[in-house]
Amino acid sequence: MTELLKNRTVPVLLFVLLALVPVYASLFDDRFVLLFATRILILALAALSLDFILGLGAMVSFGHAAYLGLGAYAIGILAAHDVWEAWISFPVVILVSALFAAVTGAISLKTRGVYFIMITLAFGQMAYYTATSLSAYGGDDGLTMWGRTEFFGTDLFANDTSFYLVVFGILLGSYLFLKQVAASRFGRVLKGARQNEARLNALGIDPFKYRLAAFVIAGVMAGLAGALLANHAEFVSPAYMSWHRSGELIVMVVLGGLGYLHGAILGAIAFLALEEILSGYTEHWRLIFGPLLILVVLYARGGILGAFKGRGK
Amino acid sequence: MSATLLAVQTLNGLQLGVLLFLIAAGLTLVFGVMDFINLAHGVQYMLGAYLAVAGYQLTGSFWAALLFALVVSLLAGLALEFLVFRHLYDRDHLDQVLATFGVILFLNEAVKVIWGAAPLSVPIPDLFDGSLQLMDNLRYPVYRLALIGSGLGVALLLYVLVTRTRIGMLVRAGATNPDMVAALGVNIRRLFMIVFGFGTMLAGFAGIMAAPILSVEPGMGDNLLILAFVVIVIGGIGSIRGAFISALLIGLVDTLGRSLTTDIARLLLPPAAANDVGPAIASMLIYILMAGVLFFRPSGLFPVARS
Amino acid sequence: MKKVLSALAATTILCSASAASAESLKIGFLATLSGPPAVLGQHMRDGFLLGVKENDGKLGGLDTEVLVVDDELKPDAALTKVQGLLERDKVDMMAGVVFSNVMMAVYKPVIEAETIFIGANAGPSPIAGKGCSPYFFSTSWQNDQNHEVMGKYATQKGYKRVVVMAPNYQAGKDAIAGFKRHYEGEIADEVYTKLGQLDFSAELARIADTKPDAIFTFMPGGMGVNLVKQYDQAGLKEGIPFLSAFTVDETTLPATQDTAVGLFAGAQWASNLDNAANAKFVADFKAEYGYAPSLYAAQGYDAARLIDGALERTGGDKSKDALMAALKTAPFESVRGDFSFNTNQFPVQDFYLVKAVNKDGAYVTEAVEKVFDDKGDAYAESCRM
Repeated sequence: MTELLKNRTVPVLLFVLLALVPVYASLFDDRFVLLFATRILILALAALSLDFILGLGAMVSFGHAAYLGLGAYAIGILAAHDVWEAWISFPVVILVSALFAAVTGAISLKTRGVYFIMITLAFGQMAYYTATSLSAYGGDDGLTMWGRTEFFGTDLFANDTSFYLVVFGILLGSYLFLKQVAASRFGRVLKGARQNEARLNALGIDPFKYRLAAFVIAGVMAGLAGALLANHAEFVSPAYMSWHRSGELIVMVVLGGLGYLHGAILGAIAFLALEEILSGYTEHWRLIFGPLLILVVLYARGGILGAFKGRGK
Repeated sequence: MSATLLAVQTLNGLQLGVLLFLIAAGLTLVFGVMDFINLAHGVQYMLGAYLAVAGYQLTGSFWAALLFALVVSLLAGLALEFLVFRHLYDRDHLDQVLATFGVILFLNEAVKVIWGAAPLSVPIPDLFDGSLQLMDNLRYPVYRLALIGSGLGVALLLYVLVTRTRIGMLVRAGATNPDMVAALGVNIRRLFMIVFGFGTMLAGFAGIMAAPILSVEPGMGDNLLILAFVVIVIGGIGSIRGAFISALLIGLVDTLGRSLTTDIARLLLPPAAANDVGPAIASMLIYILMAGVLFFRPSGLFPVARS
Repeated sequence: MKKVLSALAATTILCSASAASAESLKIGFLATLSGPPAVLGQHMRDGFLLGVKENDGKLGGLDTEVLVVDDELKPDAALTKVQGLLERDKVDMMAGVVFSNVMMAVYKPVIEAETIFIGANAGPSPIAGKGCSPYFFSTSWQNDQNHEVMGKYATQKGYKRVVVMAPNYQAGKDAIAGFKRHYEGEIADEVYTKLGQLDFSAELARIADTKPDAIFTFMPGGMGVNLVKQYDQAGLKEGIPFLSAFTVDETTLPATQDTAVGLFAGAQWASNLDNAANAKFVADFKAEYGYAPSLYAAQGYDAARLIDGALERTGGDKSKDALMAALKTAPFESVRGDFSFNTNQFPVQDFYLVKAVNKDGAYVTEAVEKVFDDKGDAYAESCRM
């Protein structure tokens, strides 16, 4: 029981604090904190989806930023053709990301380990180069959106506070959904496949289907994050899907603590906030940030959450 | 495309392949023998190039710079091994990724602080300063031939080392069954250090050799690191032979692809569309190749059996 | 990265902390300062800071604080940084921006916040044309223009067949479109390379095979260094004239050195432009930073001089309407000589054919001939303010 409680304190505290951000922002009239927190939560959603396949199923996708880009481009291209309604654009985002995840996942999942890392990178790069060659939509310069997605005529997306709450809601919903999935039979099969594939095969379970389903779920969530990112920045760019971004997502997940799901959110917050704070002090903030990451690995096994747990014991 | 142009392009492809091999060889050795993902391999290549610049500025001689950069690359690599990497050998791959990513951030910034952000270069050594007349108005720098030669030399050296020496035997054994090697009383730590130092020196050597033809700038290793990973994955991790063949394959596919895809696209599509599609496909070509190879051979072309 | 400009400015701010903020000026300066293209941002920033420093840290008599921020060449990260400058630091105006994709990401939020924005480099066509804004002023050029210079020059020289080559991204395509605007001969081949490409031997072999009268290329940063060195090593330099934009300049010359000497570029500025402001700028810049300024540095410097001149004219009044009206008249001595603002608030200026030379051991660009006189850009017509 205490174990259960302990397992829940951190995520509950985390989400409560996140929910209070708009209150803080309006009390202290700090619009920047609200905007910055929105961006963090959007990338946290992408990191969360990556942790689902990485932490649970040991699928290290090095092309996860491609979904950010796919989601963003779906929104941006529709907007360029004057389609702003969420009830059209969001299903398109989901469909496109699911399709891309299903096709590339089916191919990638034939491989394991580093080969999987590299084949997902390959698909990510293909998506990236396709986006840079989209001259009609700005190519590498990107595509400016002259507005935000409309939600049945309301300004849900246009208002800073309500947009934050939308992002927060989607993140919380995704987190709870993934927690449920992880605890279900589906999640146990995924974990089982990571630990001992032969035994699952012996039981007559084909882990491939489970892995693919998980891969598609993660892809759709990252696609949603991309759709939100496009709305947040009101701008879409191939830079969203560069391999650097995919790498950063992996770093966020590992930094936060693998496989806890809320660890990915913590990781995203820590990564982006540290970057913002350190870069406020010096132009050469990477000289501090780099060694900091090394120290985390060397002395805090299992990332930020691992460090907490280690102390608990 | 004329036959001469095709021949020249093949030569160009070979040269790119050789450069890739120099970087990939160290990476695949370290990865194969030590099961260690070293993302910092790319910045070690960069460091080699910067050290060549520093050595050249100090001495004014390419050869002295070569020696200087090789020695300092090795020392820097061993220092990194001592401070960071040796604590990661028994860790999860992702811990290695995170820590070596930290090394990338640090070194990319450090060279900028030390040498500035502007691109630098090293002149071609006098010995190889000439060029050959290959086509009517195209000269082929002798230095590039020297680069191909040195790459082939390294390949040969590695072949001899791995197949004919005791260290090589241990390396091969270590790649397939590290526990057994340790059980046989071999000092596995020392073996790792030797392999790692050698891998570092290879990366540094690649950087030094690239310095006279490529611009030396912060972050120059990042994209090459990705290419080197593509090479070792297509070749099969741990396989020097695989890395060699796959490096040449990628060099050729990329070079010929850059030259041909737009022409082919122009045959099939209107010119404006061809100018969009051709270069995009040329950029993707090696990734398409990698996805294709892995689809049919999930462990690369020359998988190393690991027990 | 945020840096209070000079110790002097910092102390004056401390001393007069109680004084109304109207007495001081806060400028947010966005530049790419990391990754391989960091050198461009560095030149632009150093030029701007020199412009402020020369005035004892005061622009138009106001104590000036410059908050320099690195955009990391990530459009969405740049947006967050700009939001920080606007919302948290409450800057009076924005300046800088090296790359078009970053500009496109931050342009709209800055303009919508009704903040004056002095672009010191990137000038993408939407901003010069339909999306122009009274809040935006450029001290550089519209993206196509330096390429147009080369197209015009190629026509003047009577080149019949030219191979054009650029990286496969939007700026590359714009470059080639710009070149074609004033080039009347035949395009013998159109080559698009991978962004960040290192080795150009395949493309050079193809060019040698095509035997054109000249080549035109746009290869910014390290790509340009590689191309120039390899062009020389392939022996093409003697036979085929090399026309370029943003490829041969003081940011790449330290690396290319002799291999670049004699190569041509189109530019609005060169170190030998004969006017007093430029002579002072080139000398002071070298003395301050120890390296030769490039066109990026000149643009940054002019941006600071422009702000100074405009505030001078308003008598230190930084209220938007007064300041914008003053800025529009371009009340400063530009280091490039003639300078006025077009209807879209991009410069009307002269453009030159410049050449890389070795001048007393330093590698710099020098203007050879004027190609365009008082030239505006092609998009100003579609700008409705």
